[in-house]
Formats: sequence, C-alpha cells, structure tokens
Amino acid sequence: MGEIVSWPHRTPAREGEMVLKVAGVSRHYGGRRALDGVDLAVGPGEVVALLGPNGAGKTTLFRIIEALIPADGGTVAVAGLDVVQQPARALAALGIVFQETTLDLDLTVAENLHYYAALRGLPRRGRAAAVQQALARLGLEDRAASRARELSGGLRRRVELARALIGAPALLLLDEPSDALDPASRIALRAEIDRLRRLTGCGVLWATHLVEEVSNADRVVILDRGRVIAAGPPAAIIAAAGGASLTDAFLALTGKRG
Amino acid sequence: MRLGHALGAAGAIMRRELRRFVEQRSRLASALVRPVLWLMVFAAGFQNVFGVSIIPPYQTYITYQVYVLPGLAAMVLLFNGMQSSLSLVYDREMGMMRLLLTAPLPRWWLLLAKLAAGVMLSLVQVYAFLGIAALFDVRLPLAGYIAVLPALLLAALMLGAIGLLLSATIRQLENFAGAMNFVIFPMFFLSSALYPLWKIGEAASALVYYLCLINPFTYAVELIRFAAYGRLEPLSLAVVGGVTLNAFAAALLAYDPQRGLLGRARPQPA
Repeated sequence: MGEIVSWPHRTPAREGEMVLKVAGVSRHYGGRRALDGVDLAVGPGEVVALLGPNGAGKTTLFRIIEALIPADGGTVAVAGLDVVQQPARALAALGIVFQETTLDLDLTVAENLHYYAALRGLPRRGRAAAVQQALARLGLEDRAASRARELSGGLRRRVELARALIGAPALLLLDEPSDALDPASRIALRAEIDRLRRLTGCGVLWATHLVEEVSNADRVVILDRGRVIAAGPPAAIIAAAGGASLTDAFLALTGKRG
Repeated sequence: MRLGHALGAAGAIMRRELRRFVEQRSRLASALVRPVLWLMVFAAGFQNVFGVSIIPPYQTYITYQVYVLPGLAAMVLLFNGMQSSLSLVYDREMGMMRLLLTAPLPRWWLLLAKLAAGVMLSLVQVYAFLGIAALFDVRLPLAGYIAVLPALLLAALMLGAIGLLLSATIRQLENFAGAMNFVIFPMFFLSSALYPLWKIGEAASALVYYLCLINPFTYAVELIRFAAYGRLEPLSLAVVGGVTLNAFAAALLAYDPQRGLLGRARPQPA
C-alpha cells in the first residue's frame, strides 16, 4: 500500500464553503471494517473523484452521505447541514445518480422527472419548467414521451443525470455512473458532467473504479480497504506515487501491480 | 416540512401507484376473481350445509353468503395489503425505494404516503367486489355501503401497515411467496371470516380458538361486519386501531437507517 499523499499547499477553504464535508467517518459490518476514519471534502464547482477497487468502501460511503445507512463514527455535512441531525434539509441539497438504474421503467422520461420534481418539493407551477429545463440541458426533449424501458443504457443514465440536477442541488453524487456504458457513452457522460458543473456551479463527487475516466478531475481521493490512502490533484498523486498515469499511480498505491 | 411539498409528494406517490395498478390490468381481475369464487362457489355450495343462527349484528336468520360477505371484503383488503408490500420489495430491488428514501421529506411521511396509496387501491377493489356481489343478489343494507367505508378504511390501513412492516424484513422477491403463505392464509382461516368464533370454540381445539381470538384480522372482519349494519363494535375498533398504530410504528423503526433493519442489512457492496 502506498504512502498517504497529502493535498498540495492549498489555502484551506472556510468551513462554510464546502458543499460536502466528510470527517472521520467509520462503518463496520460485524468484524469487517468497511470505512475507517475517512475524511474528504468537495467545494462548489469542484469535481472530486473517489477512486477505489471493488470492496474499497465507495458505495458504503455514498450510502452514509445519502442517510440510507448510519455511520458508526464521524460526521457528514452537505452544504453545511449534518445528514443525521437535519437529514431532510441535507438531502434537499443533494442530487444523486445511483449505481443501479432507479428510473420507473413503466413511466415516460418526462413522467419520471415530474415524479422526482414532486418528491423534491418543486411547486406544481414551476415543475413543468424545471422538467423542460432538465430535458433541454441533456438534449432529451425529443425523448420526453418515451418510456424509460425503451431507452438504451446510455440514455437512461442521461435521464438520471437530468433528474439529479432538478432543484439545483449544491452537490451531485455520482455512484459509478458509467459502469454499464460503452466507451463512447462514457466519454459523452464525462463531457456532460463537466459542462453541467460549470453551468450550475454544483460540486461533484464521482465514485468509480475506472481510473482514466476521472483523470482530469480537480482532485482525486483514493480509497482502499476503507481508508483514504491518497488525496490531491491527479498530477500530484502521479508525481508522488510514480508512474506515467493515474492508473499506474492507483495500482502502485493500492498494491495491485503484479 | 412544508405542507405544499408534503402533499405534492404524497400525491405523486399515489398517482404513480394508481398508474401502475391501471396498467396491470390483470391485477384488478385477479383481485376480484378470488373473493367472487369464494362467494359464488364455496359459500353457495355450503349454503345448505351451514346454517348461521342469529348473532349480532344480524337481527334475522341470514344466508351463509351474507355471513361471509364482510370476511371476503376483508380478504380483498388483506390481499391488496400484501400486494402493496410486494410492490415495496420490488421497488427496493429495482432501486426506486432508494430514490424515495432520499427525498427531502421525513421518512414517516413518505411511508405514510405509500400506505395511503395502497389503501386507496384497496378501497377501489373492495367496492368493486361489493358491486359484483350485489349483482349476484348478495347485498349489504343500502345505507351500509356508506356506513362501512370508515371500517374498510381502517381495516385497509391495518393490513397495509402490516404489509409495510413485512416488506422491511423481506430482502428479495423470491422470498416473498413463502412469507405470504405464512401470513395470508393463516390470517384468513384463523378468523371469523368464514365461520363465527363461537362455532370454532365448539368444534375446534382451544389452541385454534385462541389463535382466532388474537388474530387482528378477526377484528377487522367484525369491524366491517358491524359497520355494514350501522353499528360500531368497540373492541374491534380498539384492536384494529391499536394494531395499525403499532404496525406502522414498527415499520418506521424498521425503515429508520439509524436504528432499523435496513441499516443492519448484510454488508453493502463497497
């Protein structure tokens, strides 16, 4: 396992600036440690990639941020709101693309977005406009009346991304969003997310095990066996760990190189 | 929690369940065929075998079909309560439950909205059944079709809340059928749906009688039976109301990520 790479000399942001602050989070399943003292933060407009091999704890961490499972220790704050003390308000600041598809396949694209907008509390009057804006942002206007079941995997992911942006969340959580996508769709999704975060100013926490997919993220956090083993800009991690690419650095740090 | 937000979300949840129900055309058909078969085949066949002496709320001798009508109405509610539970397990497997539970609303409200959606569908189905029964000349008193509504509503809430609690304990759809066999049929047969309790007390073992006595479904049936004749049965009201509140509270605990069964699930994929 590689040494911990510290962040470069960056003026620490004020507490209130961070759209996500994870501090000392731990989670155990019986005798197995899924997360152990994890710290990470995401600023507005920042893309932070959460890298880790299978079983590293990425999804567990996401479940804790989403208030779906409890942490055994530590705190999580979304837009300054503790997810345990103020779960509803913290969740209101989140937009989530889950690892598995969470579209109602029997509803149309527009109906899925309307359903989500209602759950988010958008007033009925503004809902149609918000849905239309979301569709337009992702170029889905001509698929509004299509049932989700009829869409390809890539299109379903775009719909989920459009849905996650409804309500202008401060933080976008992407849990392995391109897992089931072909390479072209992955590239397109990456470009969309980059464009949208510049457009909306939301922070992005992107969990993936596809290293090169996030090689131009603002910062990378590498998780292995429940612990953060490296964190910082990709270039800093590559320089510290050695190798020519983020993939090389990742393999060196996680001890997976053969 | 803003009232507009809460009501809008509840409305969206109910509309989605109604939409799914309407599109699953076979669901209404199968929900009606079952009790109609019981009424028109089983009850009709036993018409001349079972006599029902005059017991409250009835004031004259009644046919066996009239006697079982409230029990079969409760059966419709029971099956739909469990069907709603199945729908929750399906939503959890498909990821829709995760989307719901990450909505910025108190969890109790979201689960109450799901429960209300199930109750709405239960009422549609039970009145459809009562209408079909009336076509076959098995009827409630005319005023009874209105008077029975609160009892049907409360019974549907109870059975839906039990279904909600059950859904938190079932991890996979494949396990659901087995769980249902341990819930639906014992609840239905160990009750006063098909025979008066005093007959069970005479004919069956003390254990069977006792099980019928502690079965909340018995009280749902009696609540409906009395309400259909414009009477309130206080013990049944108390039991059905109490079980509803306790089952819903237990379901809230089960769905609470800080304390419940979902948070203590098997290790999540990391």
